[in-house]
Amino acid sequence: MKISPSKIISLLFFIFSGFYLYTAHQIQVFTFDENAAFNAKTFPIYLGYAGLVFSALYIILPETKPSNVDLKVLDYKKTITLVILMILYGLTILRVGYFLSTSIFLVLSYIVLGERKWIWIFILSFPFVAIFMYLLHGLLNIYLRDPFLQFIGIMG
Amino acid sequence: MIEGILIGLETAFSLKNLMMVMIGCFAGTIIGMLPGLGPMTAIALMIPITYGFEPSTGLILMAGVYYGAVFGGSTSSILINAPGIPGTVATSFDGYPMAQQGKAGKALAIAAYSSFAGGTIAAIFLLIAAPSLSKVSLAFRSPDYFGLMILGLTAVSAFSAKGHFLKAMMMVVLGLMLASVGQDTLSDIPRFTFQNMNLSDGISFVLVVMATFAMSEALTIIFKANDPTRVAKQISLSQLGSIKLDKTETKKMVTTIPRSSVLGFVIGVLPGAGSTIASFLAYGMERNFVNDEEKQKFGKGSVNGLSAPETANNAACSGSFVPLLTLGIPGSGTTAVMLGALLGFGIQPGPRLYQTNPEIFWSVIMSMYIGMVILLILNLPLIPYIARVLATPRTFLIPLILFFSVTGIYLMSFNNFDIYMMIGIAVVATILRLYDFPMPPLILAFVLGGLMEENLRRSLLISDGSWTFLWDRPLTLIIMLTILTIIGWQIYGSFFKNK
Repeated sequence: MKISPSKIISLLFFIFSGFYLYTAHQIQVFTFDENAAFNAKTFPIYLGYAGLVFSALYIILPETKPSNVDLKVLDYKKTITLVILMILYGLTILRVGYFLSTSIFLVLSYIVLGERKWIWIFILSFPFVAIFMYLLHGLLNIYLRDPFLQFIGIMG
Repeated sequence: MIEGILIGLETAFSLKNLMMVMIGCFAGTIIGMLPGLGPMTAIALMIPITYGFEPSTGLILMAGVYYGAVFGGSTSSILINAPGIPGTVATSFDGYPMAQQGKAGKALAIAAYSSFAGGTIAAIFLLIAAPSLSKVSLAFRSPDYFGLMILGLTAVSAFSAKGHFLKAMMMVVLGLMLASVGQDTLSDIPRFTFQNMNLSDGISFVLVVMATFAMSEALTIIFKANDPTRVAKQISLSQLGSIKLDKTETKKMVTTIPRSSVLGFVIGVLPGAGSTIASFLAYGMERNFVNDEEKQKFGKGSVNGLSAPETANNAACSGSFVPLLTLGIPGSGTTAVMLGALLGFGIQPGPRLYQTNPEIFWSVIMSMYIGMVILLILNLPLIPYIARVLATPRTFLIPLILFFSVTGIYLMSFNNFDIYMMIGIAVVATILRLYDFPMPPLILAFVLGGLMEENLRRSLLISDGSWTFLWDRPLTLIIMLTILTIIGWQIYGSFFKNK
């Protein structure tokens, strides 16, 4: 028997709702609030039950409009690479600084997606980020942490 | 009142204030276009600048920024399916498909005309009915607000495609669950934080909207190997022609605009409701008003489907000034920021604002209309240039969307945790989108989650834990019956009508 992916997702949501409901019951409320008409865990408990009901209904009822996705045509390689690049970007943005990490992220992303016009790759990375940083930091006074630029003395 | 209007006109038409409206509209449009930087951010950035001005000038500048940012948000919704603010999420339902069909210029023109018309009609309403309309909003109590929010969430069923009603409802629950993360507003008890300090303030709206719209859209394009730049090539070939609307399209807008303006304005007046509910309800209402043939086009590039939320969200922006100026209660998050700015000027908005500072009250109302005219003059000629954003090749567009998304959240929190959480939510959202789990219901639920809980809390405490508050008052009963009708209609449509 083949189970549709939407039903598998609904099953996962059912499990998630169960976990949410369990966690909602574990919320520690003040003693005087324990028997109140409404306390910090009332709304989450209702939400947990709602999640269980809707996901159970989807699992039980027949699908009126199943979603057909051809898994073979999906581009896993580029998508996963982009996600990894974003994680690395998040990892370096505070340590290395906004300018360098953003510029390198953009250069690598352009290359991963198949771009080979090097002039545009350069323009839309280092100078582009520099102008964007000037707008934010210089004109709008929005603080941007950048240890690298501070180290080389460009940013105060 | 006539005297007040004249005072308002005199103040609003001063060279300095006219300049402020223009600068505000322009700056707002640019900031609003950037995903993640909505009107709240734009106005918050303006507050330090406005303290150097007179209160009326400062407020006029902020009002201009507000309208500009709302229109700018619509532009990014239409062009890259990345709504910067929740009020323009509904715009993307039909605006983005129109752009994908090579009608981006036309979609932007419809948005501009609808925004102008909605804002103008609402400004007239505000002018005439501001004092008496404040009484209407006073008549709404917590049970009514709670009912109204369920109505807003149920309305998502109106735009979730047939057969996906339960998927939409699951997304509603997921949105509410995400909104419940963080400290409880009343007792400060941590919920679902798992002793992680980064979660104690909850999950930011910008993070969720960037992850579920901009980022997951970018990842989906790569995942499915779609090429949105094909649309851009068509636009660049027929830029000017695509802005003009034909008679049929104009006729559709003429019928949509008045009803969406009224709805948007009334919803905007209600404190807490704001442009998000207005745009979603207008979208749902419009879908029910049009014929079956037009109904099929909803979600695929319908003129009515684009015009209705655009009209309503601008009308709601004007409406939200009613409780702010007459009651001192902000009608939306953005007007809450403006309230903070007013208090900074030493002005307490409320019923006495008429007497104590009439020039502020009336000049803001007058400048709203001027702002609408300026927005139209500013945005329509710029549409061909704005639409060129789409001409960016996919290889550049996708990384830039990801870059703007990460920057948006980085500027707000300055920590890695939020960036990782955004990436995680984006990956989950990409998989969910692949199997037709709609994201707009999740966003609406996320935005309304806190307010919904607050109003349920008040209602249950007043009724001593009894759920009879749902039918005790006639107004609540009417709202609940409307909700039941919508649910019944959806179930009938999904399970019986097709058989």
